[in-house]
Amino acid sequence: MSSIKIDIVSAEGEIYSGEATMIYAPAKMGEVGIAPRHAPLLTALKPGEVRVQDQDGKERFFYITGGVLEVQPHLVTVLADTALRGEELDEAAAQEAQKQAEEALKGASAETDIKRAQVELVEANARYRAAQKLKGIK
Amino acid sequence: MAGDKEILNKIRSVKNMQKITSAMEMVAASKIRKAKKQMNASRPYAERIRKVIGHLGAANPDYKHPFLEERETKRVGIIVISTDKGLCGGLNVNLFKCVIAEMSAYQENKIDVDLVLVGSKSVQFFKRLGGKVVGTATNLGDRPQVNDLIGAIKIMLDSYNEGNIDQLFLAHNEFISTMSQKPKIKTLLPVSTINEDSDSLQSHWDYIYEPDAIDLLDGVLMRYIESQVYRGATENIACEMAAKMVAMKSATDNAGEIIDKLQLAYNKARQAAITQEISEIVGGAAAVSG
Repeated sequence: MSSIKIDIVSAEGEIYSGEATMIYAPAKMGEVGIAPRHAPLLTALKPGEVRVQDQDGKERFFYITGGVLEVQPHLVTVLADTALRGEELDEAAAQEAQKQAEEALKGASAETDIKRAQVELVEANARYRAAQKLKGIK
Repeated sequence: MAGDKEILNKIRSVKNMQKITSAMEMVAASKIRKAKKQMNASRPYAERIRKVIGHLGAANPDYKHPFLEERETKRVGIIVISTDKGLCGGLNVNLFKCVIAEMSAYQENKIDVDLVLVGSKSVQFFKRLGGKVVGTATNLGDRPQVNDLIGAIKIMLDSYNEGNIDQLFLAHNEFISTMSQKPKIKTLLPVSTINEDSDSLQSHWDYIYEPDAIDLLDGVLMRYIESQVYRGATENIACEMAAKMVAMKSATDNAGEIIDKLQLAYNKARQAAITQEISEIVGGAAAVSG
């Protein structure tokens, strides 16, 4: 029985890698079943279950929160999202980050005082180097 | 003798400090391994997604996604990834120096800079010195998650889409080895020419796209940028732990030296006291018998 290699990866690490005889994935336009020698396909995935049937007929389930499915005749890659995504959720996250910035930097000016920054950094570096030297003398 | 007790106290307090620094050193040493593992775990995803972008780019030459298009630079964005905690030597300072040098170069050319800050140390730094900060993400912990970074990244991507910024950079420390980390600034947007592997072009195959290539390209590019930033964050954690280990090791060594010195001073003081006492007794005895 022919098989197809499947890799399920997310940005945070590899989730599964192995051979399969059949793969089902929740594509955006409806569930798709991928058999070996499937035509190249690229599709977005929605939250759901990826089912992998291996050669022993055993089924594995992976819950994913979305992502992208890439199919080549002998290789299937699931680029899984690690977080639940959605226009509103992302928007909320962005606003949260912005709010955090405003709070953290209350009272700071919008112009970077580059001269002062450079002086301070040179000073910090000099201190660091001086400490290193002191260590050498001892 | 008066100095005795003080010196003993000092030795004790330095010893306590040494215990803390050596414990921190060991903690950092064990965390490096985990951080490196996490850093490497993000690689397969980034490689895969890069390949997919290459295919997508090749499949749709008519459609130019804004992320792939170069345009005149009037304003740039920089995502600065620093550590959350200190006690890691010159790691953050070196990074900030690199960023400030970049910023001053832009300022000379009358190009404004927007900042997104990741990590408490960069927030502290730019709070003191000012800067147009549009977003922050702090307290990521030792295992940063993509989830924590999405918001901060989206601000920059939106800003790029709206034409507020024309280029986006990522500044973080690069992990070269445990002993050496180097600050690095790299371009995120526009996505540089993707190395399309030639064999795939020659064979003239193409994907079936669902729903359509343009929507897919949007999503894939966004995830690509996110995975880059995520990798930067994990790499920075590995750097932090390595720098912390080195810094704490040298602190522990220094404490050892100080203890040695104090011990010597204490012994001398004690010896002086004994000598003095003997000479007093001898002097007294001589006076009585004489």
